[in-house]
Amino acid sequence: MNVPAAWYLVLAAVLFGIGAYGLLTRRSALIMFMCLELMLNAVNLTFVTFSRTLSDIGGQASVFFVMVVAAAEVTVGLGIVVAIFRRRSTTSVDELSEMKG
Amino acid sequence: MLALSYALPSIIVFVASAALILTGAVGVITLKNPVHAALSLIMTLFGVAVAFIAQQADFLAAVQIIVYAGAIVVLFLFVIMFLGVDRREGVEVQPLVGQKTLALFGVVVTISGVVFMMARSHWVTGIPSLSGSKLANGAHNVNQLGTSVFTTYLFAFEATAALLIIAVVGAVLLARRERSTGEAQ
Repeated sequence: MNVPAAWYLVLAAVLFGIGAYGLLTRRSALIMFMCLELMLNAVNLTFVTFSRTLSDIGGQASVFFVMVVAAAEVTVGLGIVVAIFRRRSTTSVDELSEMKG
Repeated sequence: MLALSYALPSIIVFVASAALILTGAVGVITLKNPVHAALSLIMTLFGVAVAFIAQQADFLAAVQIIVYAGAIVVLFLFVIMFLGVDRREGVEVQPLVGQKTLALFGVVVTISGVVFMMARSHWVTGIPSLSGSKLANGAHNVNQLGTSVFTTYLFAFEATAALLIIAVVGAVLLARRERSTGEAQ
């Protein structure tokens, strides 16, 4: 018998927490994108676990779409990072404060 | 003897994937060099792929390796190389006082809340799908996923195709170097 779903769910929760902590504390835009990927992967793991538990393929189809959206998000996000770097020659999000009131 | 009520191979696979995932994730948030962080991200993605295979999501595990480790991380590395490795980010410097403490507090509260709810309530149980295709009866995973994506989720599939086109065009437009017509290049 396979290990219970709760093990994988707790693992995904911890992975999500690590990703969220990195997103809140790191200031390089590139590293923040990587932390975003960690969080998305945690959610994907949860989807697949529930898909197995409930014997429903819908969870895996959702993961498929999450992956597509993540790829699009990374493409546009890194395009923005490159555009910002060209103008400001930094990727630190603390430097981007023109809109501060 | 709780642990022995599950098959030993599945426990070993779980422990291996958990070790890969957690080591890689901690590496992503602690390593200073972005290249090393990207390599540790690959480790996490492989761990997630192992967890997918252990849970009968074979196709997604393959896509995970090909798309994430093969394309997205390469894109990250490409951008890192393109920009030059930015070592100036001081991990120790905190412009916002108490940022790390607050972040740690928030994350710990959230995660312990989720785990507590999982332990006390019965989230995990539910009614197995009757109408949808069954994962359990041994049909091929790729067949089921393909049938599902091209019938039930056809509209979402078409929408993601449009999204990808828009994202590619947007990325090209963003990364394109502006050239004035006066420059002879």
